[in-house]
Amino acid sequence: MYKIIAKHLNTYFGDAHILKDINFKVAENTVTALIGPSGCGKSTFLRSINRMNDLIPTFKREGTLLLDEEDIYSPEMDVVNLRRKVGMVFQKPNPFPKSIFDNVSYGLKIHGIDDEGFIEQRVEESLKSAAIWDEVKDKLDQSAMSLSGGQQQRLCIARTIANNPEVILMDEPCSALDPISTLKIEDLIHKLKKDYTIIIVTHNMQQASRVSDYTSFFLNGEIIESDETERLFVSPKEQKTEEYITGRFG
Amino acid sequence: MTKIAAEALIEKSLFILALFSCFVILIILCFIFFEGFPAIQEYGFFKFLFGTIWSPNDGQFGVFDMIIGSLYVTFIALIIAIPLSISCATFMAEVASNKVRNFLKPVVQTLSGIPSVVYGFFGLIILVPFVRSQFGGTGFSIFTAAIILSIMILPTIISVSYDSLRSVPQDYKEASLGLGATNWQTIRRVVFPSALPGIITAIILGMSRAVGETLAVIMVVGNVAKMPSSIFSPARTLTSNIALEMSYATGIHYNALFATAVVLFMLIMLLLVVANYVQRKYSIDIGGGTL
Amino acid sequence: MNFNFISARTSQKIMNSIFVLSGILTLAILAIILADILIKGLPVINMEFIFGQVENQGESGGIFPIIISSLYVTLVSILIATPLGVGAAIYMVEYASNEKLTNIIRFGAETLASIPSIVFGLFGLSFFVIFLNLGWSIFSASLVLAIMAIPTIFQVAEVSLSSVPSIYKEGSYGLGATKWQTIYKVIIPAALPGIVTGVILGMTRSISEAAAVMYAVGSSIIMPISIFDPGRPLPLHLYVLATEGISLPNAFGTAAVLVIIVLVITFLTNYFTEKYQNKMMGK
Repeated sequence: MYKIIAKHLNTYFGDAHILKDINFKVAENTVTALIGPSGCGKSTFLRSINRMNDLIPTFKREGTLLLDEEDIYSPEMDVVNLRRKVGMVFQKPNPFPKSIFDNVSYGLKIHGIDDEGFIEQRVEESLKSAAIWDEVKDKLDQSAMSLSGGQQQRLCIARTIANNPEVILMDEPCSALDPISTLKIEDLIHKLKKDYTIIIVTHNMQQASRVSDYTSFFLNGEIIESDETERLFVSPKEQKTEEYITGRFG
Repeated sequence: MTKIAAEALIEKSLFILALFSCFVILIILCFIFFEGFPAIQEYGFFKFLFGTIWSPNDGQFGVFDMIIGSLYVTFIALIIAIPLSISCATFMAEVASNKVRNFLKPVVQTLSGIPSVVYGFFGLIILVPFVRSQFGGTGFSIFTAAIILSIMILPTIISVSYDSLRSVPQDYKEASLGLGATNWQTIRRVVFPSALPGIITAIILGMSRAVGETLAVIMVVGNVAKMPSSIFSPARTLTSNIALEMSYATGIHYNALFATAVVLFMLIMLLLVVANYVQRKYSIDIGGGTL
Repeated sequence: MNFNFISARTSQKIMNSIFVLSGILTLAILAIILADILIKGLPVINMEFIFGQVENQGESGGIFPIIISSLYVTLVSILIATPLGVGAAIYMVEYASNEKLTNIIRFGAETLASIPSIVFGLFGLSFFVIFLNLGWSIFSASLVLAIMAIPTIFQVAEVSLSSVPSIYKEGSYGLGATKWQTIYKVIIPAALPGIVTGVILGMTRSISEAAAVMYAVGSSIIMPISIFDPGRPLPLHLYVLATEGISLPNAFGTAAVLVIIVLVITFLTNYFTEKYQNKMMGK
């Protein structure tokens, strides 16, 4: 059974046709990488899945997008609950200017959990899952702003995990980080795979081949090719894919 | 004249222009203090500040009731204006569509452009009779003045807090919404705390405008130099005391009005210092990471 | 405030209604005030009212000398305040290097902006009218208004000057221009819309002010000719008509004229700012 399915998905910002007839499937507990040149629509697609595009007033959509067979865009869909189930890690680490503890407990509190003991336990678990517990356990009441960029990004992942999501969307999570922090995040993605379904947007093809099980190549708002990562990188079926991964454009 | 000499001359002249504001402040302070000093000296500083009888004909110059009058009116005006204006600023910054926002901006701008005398006139013609019919008395009251003042400081608080709400990074909002927070939860837990220093500045600006406003208050507050017994009793503020009596004051009475201005000036400085302290405290807390 | 006892969605709905209501209320306040003033004031306004002399202390006749007084003090005050405010801003942005000094200057401007207008009125009376012996005159009032307008013009001009991209300056210096030539030929033109906005804001403040001028301008209802004649600007006339119970209809007429002038200035400023911005954006 597929976790996320897109059928003939088209999206627009005003008159601009961004995504064109996207058909896409993601299996549970896998990592899927979305690659392609800037402006190809991969981020827009990612942000359609947790309806973050709703924040843009000119956004329009046609076609279907399903999470567990449920229409993400149906009028009955509870966006708040959707975004709890489908967590997101952004391109630039964006912790709140609050303490480390308050950052991780934020999602729990807004969902009405006020059992202090439970919150503390959950914060610790999440920080451990995000492989940052050892670095911050002695300074949970310090500002998240005092952490390095890589630590901030892992904190943001912990903050997402604390919400107990089913899917984690990552929008170029390493683009603002140094190589060592990038490696730590990639290791983390490997570990998280057994509990979560992960979709990661990246412009870095080595990263895509290192972390993902499946890869989709986006170009000008269309999916040119989707396949198992190894197969796509070793023997792409489409010429455009081959040109892109061999660095002839993009 | 050589180019270099001309350049130096220009720089010197601009420097003098730049210092002009400070220079003017000094002259203003000197004159107000200089003219007010004889009254304070003759009547006694504490007697002047804490005296409750203002009766120029009998040589009595206690401004305490007016200090209370000024603070009372300002306080009530803030209680009315703060919730309304911050709510309106939030609406414009976080909730309204672009169309509605672009419609409301000039509305706020126009509100701030209306001359204070027009507000006072409106208060005199519409509000005073309304308060009289609803709450009894003459209609000239602290309450009436506070309503007019709250309308007058509305645009100040709205526009400054709006700017500060808009400058909260989009990243914070996306992070919060991405975690499944509702728009209101995001506003309350992320946007408000981040914008707080700016919102406090907005309130300070509104407050100092309310304390300093003169004619609009004179027209509706009743101007009785007596300790107000309730929100519906008339009162006299420091500003209205000056404006009302200046036209016929002579001798020590003239000096006493300048001394009133000294008190008014000190009151505003005091409020600004307190407000600045509060603001700095909050900013530091945010820098330290606890909102 | 904690809304844990009601659901997140309910509190969202409640707060949204509160936000919308506050927007509507703000709009309603403006609409009520404008409607009241204009509905009662516009019928009073005709050629005779605009161009007539003040008769019986304003009970009858027109307000021509009043309008002229207003324009007179506004114009003179802006002529004085603009070079002072803009000059200070140029110094701050282009010359000042000492942080202590800029802080002092900025603090001076902020303090000047926070002084209540009635204190300016007292100062005008004791300094310009009596000490400098300028008498109750358009000139004394203009000086007071100029001092009040300086911080506004200064602050807006400073922001606008400092937002001129440094590549413009470098281009000019690269061609061998002196500092002042660069400021005069490149920076001021680039910052002009902002400076004009500041000047207009200062004008709006000058034309609306009554408390600061009431003891400097003399309150005469005769047409001021020389700058040393006394006069009575619109807001002061409105104040006198309303508080001394001289004529309610004429008070409404005066208020309407004042409001219309302010509305027109605001509208024109917005129109030109928008037009300029569109031009810069290449629309």
